[in-house]
Amino acid sequence: MSDIQSDTHSEHHIVSPKVYLAIFAALMVCTFLTVKAAEIDLNAYFSGLNIIIALVIATLKASLVVLFFMHGKYSPKRTQMVIICSIFWLAIMLFMTMSDYVTRPWK
Amino acid sequence: MHRTGELYGQFETLDQQRESASLGMWVFLVTEVLFFGGMFMTYTLNRSTYPDVFGEASRSINLGLGAFNTVVLIGSSLTMAMSVWAAQVGKKQLVTIFLILTLILGTVFLGVKGVEYHEKFVEHHVPGLNFNFEPGASVATNAHAQLFFSLYFAMTGLHALHMIIGAGLLIWLIKESFKGRFNPGYSTPVDLVGLYWHFVDIVWIFLFPLLYLIDRH
Repeated sequence: MSDIQSDTHSEHHIVSPKVYLAIFAALMVCTFLTVKAAEIDLNAYFSGLNIIIALVIATLKASLVVLFFMHGKYSPKRTQMVIICSIFWLAIMLFMTMSDYVTRPWK
Repeated sequence: MHRTGELYGQFETLDQQRESASLGMWVFLVTEVLFFGGMFMTYTLNRSTYPDVFGEASRSINLGLGAFNTVVLIGSSLTMAMSVWAAQVGKKQLVTIFLILTLILGTVFLGVKGVEYHEKFVEHHVPGLNFNFEPGASVATNAHAQLFFSLYFAMTGLHALHMIIGAGLLIWLIKESFKGRFNPGYSTPVDLVGLYWHFVDIVWIFLFPLLYLIDRH
């Protein structure tokens, strides 16, 4: 048991305030970018590019929060697996439902 | 829970106990992801069906206040993370200070949200009998705009409810922290409320571009 512990235990890793401040700064830059990007008509270049950029930035921001503020990066593997499962299940719901709706020829 | 740094019989070490608590919190957050997920699903479907009206309705929301709130909420995540750090390194006063700052920022967020809701009431943008998207809007436009605003209120409302619960949890933490309960050996409640608070922040990170930033150009 204690062997497994020493392998996987990293929860009590202390993240320094400097890292938190850097992440906060990155999140602020991303927020600014997402507002600026929405004000440009990117759809003119590629249909749906605006929403793609908005979601990429939001996903990046969420990843930073999970990895650093929520200590996901320093969590044991089994906790990381639970985190990934949640994304996977959400993806199943969104993907399967939308693939049904967009392939209904009678609509 | 109330005895500082106590190791329970079913665990071998404090680290193992801490990890189990955090794993349990994550499992709860997975259910929360799917809880909000249903709404994001409904949103995705309706937005893809009525893209133009969703864009128009989105432009009627106050972007300045929304962006301000995004900054406030991410700031509150920073102060929450700092209070977890303070507990881990045993700076008891800083724990309390950062928790209070988090509560203040959370309250500011809810206050601004209230102002935004008020604007929507004044503009007749609240779904229901008095809904009127804009003068001369067709029946179809009104109906589809109502869909957008129903989702807007449901999603931001559910998010705000989570914030209110979070604020309640923070008040409890502040009370405990005043008594000096949290130390490097025992900071589980701060860690777990922290996880919850950051999760609520993540929901907003997605709500902000999806509700406020459709076709702003």
